[in-house]
Amino acid sequence: MPALFKIALRAILRNKMRSSLTILGIVIGVGAVITMVSIGQGAKVMVEKQLESLGTNVLIIIPISTTHTATRGTTGTITLTAEDAFAIEKECSAVSYVSPGVRTTTQVVFGNLNWTTSVSGVGANYHIIRNWPMESGRFINQQDINIIAKVCVLGQTVVTNLFGTLDPIDKWIRVNNIPFKVVGVLSAKGQSPTGQDQDDVVLMPYTTVQRKIMGVTYIGVTLASSVSAEARFEAIEQITSLLRQRHRLRPNEENDFTVISQVEFASTIMETSRTMTVLLGSIASVSLIVGGIGIMNIMLVSTTERTREIGIRMAVGAREKDILFQFLTEATVLSSIGGVVGVILGVVLSKMISYYGEWPSLLSPLSVAVAFLFSNIVGIFFGYYPARKASRLNPIDALRYE
Amino acid sequence: MQNIVSLETVCKIYQMGDVRVTALNGISMTIKKGEFIAVMGASGSGKSTLMNILGCLDRPSKGKYYLEGVDVSQFSKNELADIRNKKLGFVFQSFNLLSRTTVLENIELPLIYSKKLSKIDRDRINQIMATLGLMEFQRHYPNQLSGGQQQRVAIARAIVSNPTLLLADEPTGNLDSVTSTEVMNVLNDLNHNMGITIVLVTHETDIAKHARRVVVLKDGEVLSDTPSQSPVTPMPQTL
Repeated sequence: MPALFKIALRAILRNKMRSSLTILGIVIGVGAVITMVSIGQGAKVMVEKQLESLGTNVLIIIPISTTHTATRGTTGTITLTAEDAFAIEKECSAVSYVSPGVRTTTQVVFGNLNWTTSVSGVGANYHIIRNWPMESGRFINQQDINIIAKVCVLGQTVVTNLFGTLDPIDKWIRVNNIPFKVVGVLSAKGQSPTGQDQDDVVLMPYTTVQRKIMGVTYIGVTLASSVSAEARFEAIEQITSLLRQRHRLRPNEENDFTVISQVEFASTIMETSRTMTVLLGSIASVSLIVGGIGIMNIMLVSTTERTREIGIRMAVGAREKDILFQFLTEATVLSSIGGVVGVILGVVLSKMISYYGEWPSLLSPLSVAVAFLFSNIVGIFFGYYPARKASRLNPIDALRYE
Repeated sequence: MQNIVSLETVCKIYQMGDVRVTALNGISMTIKKGEFIAVMGASGSGKSTLMNILGCLDRPSKGKYYLEGVDVSQFSKNELADIRNKKLGFVFQSFNLLSRTTVLENIELPLIYSKKLSKIDRDRINQIMATLGLMEFQRHYPNQLSGGQQQRVAIARAIVSNPTLLLADEPTGNLDSVTSTEVMNVLNDLNHNMGITIVLVTHETDIAKHARRVVVLKDGEVLSDTPSQSPVTPMPQTL
């Protein structure tokens, strides 16, 4: 058996250029399959992590209409206010908590250390909505919000960078030259599904951030939670109709905000992933077929060129099935090489896409095995006809072939 | 001595569209072990067809072919392939070696198909190569060898599985006169000292003189079958 493999390999290496071009289709096909599965798997894991990190009953209220973003851009009048948030929490029965949000990036200072981080103004229920336990101290409360207190809660990364091993509770940090007292430390959350460090954050009462840091009266991305995962659609409806009413939108006017649920957001990602999978899957299938036809074509040419050789082999006693096996092995070895190269290509490609596109990819050994198996099947299937044709040659005619 | 080949009114008819061509028209002959036969005749006389049938590359349309007492006339393709592998050896005018394989690999080719290749086989191959003066060339490729050397490789391949019959179709056709004599001496040597039965096709009487029996064909029939007029005494060769 290894002897046959050696013979097949030698025949393939005889004309490297031709062999390389022949397997191109297989390489692309297998590469596409590997990439597609890696990205699909990665998307699935990302979505699962996202749902886990944010919860299935979390709603996101964005003060921008998604349908108008294209024409108006991301700047435009922000019409969402804190009063909207109160109203939602009070009047929407399917909504349990609302946390108005407003956010900026700035430098925070402790002693002679500074650290640029995300400073987020949040409501008193933020940590409940986000299911984010405290490590020490307390969270921001309603009183802090009411009196526009200069207090803050730190994420683990900020603590590490400004305090090291020192306990930050009751210490003072400066933000925009304003002193803030640390009242609590969040437990570690880790990376967000999109790769951002969720622990790199300073939380303050939203009123404080509005008034003292950003000097605005609107609120930005606001979180809400529905009473249950199932109730989220009802919650979205309630929020939408309430905001439309409060913003005095006429029936023919579009929303000047967007309310989405985590789950629907996740399914959008899954949809995108599915589309990409179908796309890559189509490319993969077509490529594999093209690759297979390429192999069949080249094997037909090759067996014709080697008619004399086949005649000689038959004259010394090769049976039909010996010849069939010889060329079938050649076709399969060819396509296997294509499979191996394709796997390498697929791995490289999916790593590149995940690096540049910030889309996670997960390599699955099963997909590698399946793709490699498929490349072999293509070789056997498309190599069969030329091999059989070769095996059916008449030795006398074959020996006479020029 | 037993007949190793017995042809009984063997006919070969080709149907080409509307035309029927009778290549062999009732040939009967026997060959004993150890004979050295030259088959001669004009082109179209049927000598190639006769060689094809003797060599089990083709089947007779009518008549019987007994090889070592076994009727192979209606053998299947696979059975014929098996016979070719184990009982027959071919030497062709154009050598017909596999061009991108070494001399050694060319010689051992029949054994590869009979799935053997034990140490015994290796020894045998070495012995054959030594006898034919090919040891130093075993890792060379055919295109690195002269015509005479290539034909010797072909002969080595033909005898590697110890065949009953060696069939040579114009083996010196592509060689100059000196090399031709050399190759014919090899065949003579094999026939005399190793007792290998040889059937040789040629159209040159000089070459036919090396054989001890000459069969002349004309129009698909045996015209004459006589012992050779002036047999050439084989010279012991050290190559």
